[in-house]
Amino acid sequence: MTFSRRQTLLLALGASAAAVLPFRASAAVEDAIAEFTGGATPGEGGITLTAPEIAENGNTVPIEVSAPGAAAIALFAAGNPTPGVATFNFGPLAGAHMASTRIRLAGTQDIVAVARMADGSFVQARQEVKVTIGGCGG
Amino acid sequence: MAENVTPRVRVPRDASAGEVITIKTLISHPMESGQRRDGDGNQIPRSIINRFTCDFNGENVLDATFEPAISTNPFLEFQATVPESGTFVFTWYDDDGSVYTEEKEIAVS
Repeated sequence: MTFSRRQTLLLALGASAAAVLPFRASAAVEDAIAEFTGGATPGEGGITLTAPEIAENGNTVPIEVSAPGAAAIALFAAGNPTPGVATFNFGPLAGAHMASTRIRLAGTQDIVAVARMADGSFVQARQEVKVTIGGCGG
Repeated sequence: MAENVTPRVRVPRDASAGEVITIKTLISHPMESGQRRDGDGNQIPRSIINRFTCDFNGENVLDATFEPAISTNPFLEFQATVPESGTFVFTWYDDDGSVYTEEKEIAVS
């Protein structure tokens, strides 16, 4: 099989577009996180993100976040069309700064949890979830 | 207006003062994400529960905002401190303006 010059050019364009796409997705999630943190760079530690290593059904993936002393926790899915998932603001009667829910994942991707602590600092945790059947039921 | 929206909440019936209890909530709702397409390839408009709050005797326990990435029939588990007997009020806010509420009493000994 031989390619004409035009075909080769198209192939190259397609390949570079494919290479750029994941970068775009991660930029969207970085923007969403920056919006939540107000531009501050989140630190590490003090936050636990519990997600399955492999999720069979991307339509309902159980996720638990816990960050003792947090005022708010935001969840992001780096590979979804819209990276925001949920934000939990804890009131004075919150027993523990944790929440557990079920989310949709379009495909294998990183989940990011960012917590705003009472002193205004931010911490984050990140975990990859492999998805067998993608959500968003296409 | 989404049909057959039924909130379900599990709260212990009693607790001791200051105890931390686990609350599980679920509301039946399609959570149409705005990403899906129908048979003709047209995008189905988004219609989700966008906010959930839980209050106990007028004091806030949790105020959560939901994005379309939350699954159908949004489930939420969290923890609350119960200082005295009273009522939990759970509120869900729909994109279409509907507000669904559920109340649960708890006795503190």
